[in-house]
Amino acid sequence: MKEIVVISGKGGTGKTSLTAAFAAMGGKQVLADCDVDAADLHLVLNPEIIREDVFIGGSKASIREEDCTGCGLCVEHCRFRAIEYPVAASGDRADKPRINPVFCEGCRVCVRICPVEAIAFDPAESGRLFVSRTPLGPMVHACLGVAQGNSGKLVTLVRNEARAIAEREACELIIIDGPPGVGCPVIASITGANLALIVTEPTLSGHHDMQRAAELTAHFLIPTLVCVNKWDIHPGMTERIEKEARDHGVIPAGRIRYDQLVTEAQVRRTNVLACGDSPIGEEIKALWRCIEGALNGARTGGAGLKTVPP
Amino acid sequence: MMDRPLKIAVASGKGGTGKTTVAVSLALTAAATGKTVQYLDCDVEEPNGHIFLKPQIHSRFPATVRLPEVIEKKCNGCGVCADICAYNAIAVVKEKVLIFPELCRGCGACSLFCPQGALVEISRPVGTVEIGAGAGVAFIRGVLSIGQIMSPAVIAAVKDAAGDQEITLLDCPPGTSCPVIEAVRDADAVLLVTEPTPFGLHDLTLAVEMTRALEKPFCVVLNRFDLGDDKTVAYCREENIPIVLSIADDRRIAETYARGEILIEALPSYAPVFTDAWERIWTWCIGRMPEKEVPAPANRERTATS
Ligand code: SF4
Ligand code: SF4
Ligand code: SF4
Ligand code: SF4
Repeated sequence: MKEIVVISGKGGTGKTSLTAAFAAMGGKQVLADCDVDAADLHLVLNPEIIREDVFIGGSKASIREEDCTGCGLCVEHCRFRAIEYPVAASGDRADKPRINPVFCEGCRVCVRICPVEAIAFDPAESGRLFVSRTPLGPMVHACLGVAQGNSGKLVTLVRNEARAIAEREACELIIIDGPPGVGCPVIASITGANLALIVTEPTLSGHHDMQRAAELTAHFLIPTLVCVNKWDIHPGMTERIEKEARDHGVIPAGRIRYDQLVTEAQVRRTNVLACGDSPIGEEIKALWRCIEGALNGARTGGAGLKTVPP
Repeated sequence: MMDRPLKIAVASGKGGTGKTTVAVSLALTAAATGKTVQYLDCDVEEPNGHIFLKPQIHSRFPATVRLPEVIEKKCNGCGVCADICAYNAIAVVKEKVLIFPELCRGCGACSLFCPQGALVEISRPVGTVEIGAGAGVAFIRGVLSIGQIMSPAVIAAVKDAAGDQEITLLDCPPGTSCPVIEAVRDADAVLLVTEPTPFGLHDLTLAVEMTRALEKPFCVVLNRFDLGDDKTVAYCREENIPIVLSIADDRRIAETYARGEILIEALPSYAPVFTDAWERIWTWCIGRMPEKEVPAPANRERTATS
């Protein structure tokens, strides 16, 4: 079983639209949407949810007002500024502090420090995990509750679930739609993947973000391809990004043009390839062939990566 | 009425909606009205503001988190610290304490509760803060070091380094999780930048939910408003969310962005659009400011799950 993860450094580069198009070509596969913070893949895959799990990311503290003496020790020791004295509109400060669950990181310091045991600590729902059937194969996706931490843990759950399904249904491939950035959820999305595809745009920021994403995949020793989306917006920058990528050991795998068809496909809740033959469709198909070549090469220890034409 | 400084966070449920374009152009627009302005790049995983503002950086320092360290001769290997740590960042193996810095959140529990007082805290760098100025605007940005996960700590360091300018624009990371919360929590108001596409609308609804959970006033900037469908405008109308700025889908904007140019400088015809918008945003913000300064809201117990 192989895992390919599509990431982007910065968001909004067309990563999810490309992932959906890849899914239309991939054959027997499992799809995993690891952008749990802003999962969008389901919007174009018409999923039918067959299982829904509650995700408990951790516990949160809350003060039992009747037991609290208002000593303020918890306020002083919470490093996440989650505990404060409510202030009324009149400017009066309450005697007893409150914990804002949005900011509580569940470290338990307050629970331990409270001299009168006035602080409860209970598991809290921080998101949902879904297993769905889609016309393009099984999909695992998730939705992190707003203002919840622990996205890395939820990403790991999504990946584990996708692997379990792939094994059960003898799927050869898992396509992962990764989150933006280079932080905790991205790290959880890429570790152990066979191949990463960085989708970038030919802009100065795209250039900069591609470098950071490439450093990250290098840090985790993941063979990496790059694709410049909307390349014709700035052909010079496209060249620069591709050259820079090669210097980083990242292989340019294709260029995709700027085309309104991408938005149109999204509005029609489908992928670009399902909108009939088009030049952009041909470019995406060529890109996918390149990815498949690299994946098969990766099977023999990554050497095959070098045979991918730039 | 409004003498105190105003902090506006520019955020979006998803990346690539034009957050930085809007934040940078608004910063310049506000500066042109004679206010002192600072731009804080809180998108520390992918900071991009410097590309446009081209600031001269005059100081640079590490953003740190606190990390426990064992004083070996005091430690008796009791294992209490490993039990206490909620993030599995400490293990005690054969009476020897092992600390995993990548997992530590610096909560302070272990050093606070070690019965032998054998843990002290040291500073661990997780990123860099840079301070400077460019295009007539004070500039501060944070950069998370590669392989690190403590974005919120770097964002907090950026905010700590902020000056007392009349206007602060915080360019936030995309999404709705911990880093965004950290960037938005001390702001007076939030601008949510979105596109009228199915992805854009879906991510906007998440961002709205987050902003409501933080009890912040917010309004919407609609980028590429003539693209996609009309569901986003309908949503805003239904939810009573003001749209304070609409920007057309203009290929020239994408091109100036690609070249790292500031929109209102490269395409001056957009300057009046931003001047109008700034006036609207300003009026809207002060209309929502309480007379007295009310500190961060903590007066409603609410679990912010979806
Ligand atoms: S559990 Fe930790 S983060 Fe939560 S309120 Fe208590 S001290 Fe603060
Ligand atoms: S430490 Fe306990 S008693 Fe003291 S203010 Fe906090 S909750 Fe109340
Ligand atoms: S709690 Fe203190 S004494 Fe016990 S193992 Fe940890 S560091 Fe050592
Ligand atoms: S400071 Fe907190 S997170 Fe870090 S090791 Fe100690 S208990 Fe764990």
